[in-house]
Amino acid sequence: MSQATVEFRHVSKQYGPQGAVVDLSLLVPAGDICVLVGPSGCGKTTSLKMVNRLVEPTSGQVLIDGQDVMSIDVTTLRRRIGYVIQQVGLFPHQTIFDNVATVPRLLGWPKKRIDARVTELLELIGLDPARVAERYPAQLSGGERQRVGVARAMAAEPPVMLMDEPFGAVDPIVRERLQNEFLRLHRTLGTTVLFVTHDIDEAIKMGTRVAVMQVGGHLAQYAPPTELLLRPANDFVARFVGVDRGLKRLSLLDVSDVGLTDAETARIGEDGDAIRRRTDAPYVLLLDADDKPAGWVNLSQLRGSGPVGPEAVDPSSPIVTLETTLRDALAMLLASAVQTAVVVDERGRYAGVLTLDALGEAFRAAPEPEAAVV
Amino acid sequence: MRTGEDLILWDWTFNHLGDIGQRVVEHLELTFIAVGVGFVLAALLSLAIRERPGLYAPVTWVTGVLYTIPSLALFALLVPITGFTVLTAEIGLVSYTLLILVRNIVGGLRGVPPEVREAATGMGYSRWRMLWQIEVPLATPVIVAGVRVAVVTTVGLVTVTALIGQGGLGFLIRMGIDQFFSTPLIIGAVLSIVLAVVLDGILVLVQRQATPWTRST
Repeated sequence: MSQATVEFRHVSKQYGPQGAVVDLSLLVPAGDICVLVGPSGCGKTTSLKMVNRLVEPTSGQVLIDGQDVMSIDVTTLRRRIGYVIQQVGLFPHQTIFDNVATVPRLLGWPKKRIDARVTELLELIGLDPARVAERYPAQLSGGERQRVGVARAMAAEPPVMLMDEPFGAVDPIVRERLQNEFLRLHRTLGTTVLFVTHDIDEAIKMGTRVAVMQVGGHLAQYAPPTELLLRPANDFVARFVGVDRGLKRLSLLDVSDVGLTDAETARIGEDGDAIRRRTDAPYVLLLDADDKPAGWVNLSQLRGSGPVGPEAVDPSSPIVTLETTLRDALAMLLASAVQTAVVVDERGRYAGVLTLDALGEAFRAAPEPEAAVV
Repeated sequence: MRTGEDLILWDWTFNHLGDIGQRVVEHLELTFIAVGVGFVLAALLSLAIRERPGLYAPVTWVTGVLYTIPSLALFALLVPITGFTVLTAEIGLVSYTLLILVRNIVGGLRGVPPEVREAATGMGYSRWRMLWQIEVPLATPVIVAGVRVAVVTTVGLVTVTALIGQGGLGFLIRMGIDQFFSTPLIIGAVLSIVLAVVLDGILVLVQRQATPWTRST
């Protein structure tokens, strides 16, 4: 597990008379995800690019594990730093395998090690090597390409990864899935990550620490997400974080933080009358033979007897995973008639239900900011 | 044309198959040398432009001027210097390929998506590695498109060099005109067209083989 500290020490970058980044000092501890967030023109991308020297600072130093990046050979430096950009930038003329193998090949790894590493990575990001390895980027979906971009950046086990709006170009549903996958991946790999976004919600969700930057290249606040939400350092941060700060705190919690309860269930094909005799609950949860939920069935609308099929379920039945944030779960609950979400495990099987009451309780019981301040 | 005679005398044609075949070979030689030399020159010019983008305007201006000189006049002007030789023919033919080849090579190299460039740079590609492993492969479709145009125009232009004693199939055309004899004229013209179409087709196939990623969806 490779990781390194990244430190900005009084770093400034000037283009002409204007400062793009002004006297930036911050330390990213090894293994953290540091999110640089701010409106466009705040210097977040410029700061990121000073780590792998795509931009060189006018003054100050960027240090990786205490070593000034300007003192490291630029090619060597870049091959040790994973780099993911919004437009992905996969090589269109190379197969997915070759794309992921890029940096290991530049580093001269033996073929066997490269084969094993690429296969491992493709599996890690949830793509079947047999299906995608020999395909070209144009044959993959946007979400798949973005995953391959992350895999390519991680291929040579870099101690530091730079991610510039990595999930900015995919639709919100895919983005959420990619975010969760990356967080899971990060928990196992532990690489130090610098992550740029303009989306405060993404920053709060992804960051171990969040650096809020202000137009003109000033660092406004650098703190863990909870502290940012509860104690914004100035008006700019408060406005940027938004009036819905309380709601945003919900993004920091996920369904696994809530005590789940059980619901009345029934199997697909069970007789309607038999179910009604068994329970007086207004809704029952319909499961298939593999314990996968089909959705809620409103018993008062179930007419007559006979087997109950998937067509009887309420189409607005919210289904969430243990990784869904409470903010998203709340949104789904409010939009649904049942107001109880079905929670499924990683294999899609029924794990319990989440009620509005349980959600509110978990929110109120969440740790106070003092406990979260490192 | 002599009157009362068929447009093509098949007897004459069959008696001169060897000669016609030789003209085809000659025609191909003139074409390949012209496009080959033109491609090498254009590639060197394009690399110079890649290093110094300021050269693009003067290079396209000069090659553009060359391109506009009427071929008849160009060959006539060269004869006093280099005589009725293959060299004279090739100087003219090469000149006409440069504009289209330089434009397409430079355009192809510049057409590499910026995000691909940025990703490659960020992973530690040097400028040369970027050229050979990223820019050239991605530019191949555009470069081949330029070569196709150059080949097709050159096949046509080669016939004009018959006026300075070269010409490949142009020799047959000129013979037809000089002797008021339609058979060689038509054969020369038709074979010239066939050559252009066949070579163009071969290049399309080569490009498809060389760029498998453009075939996928």
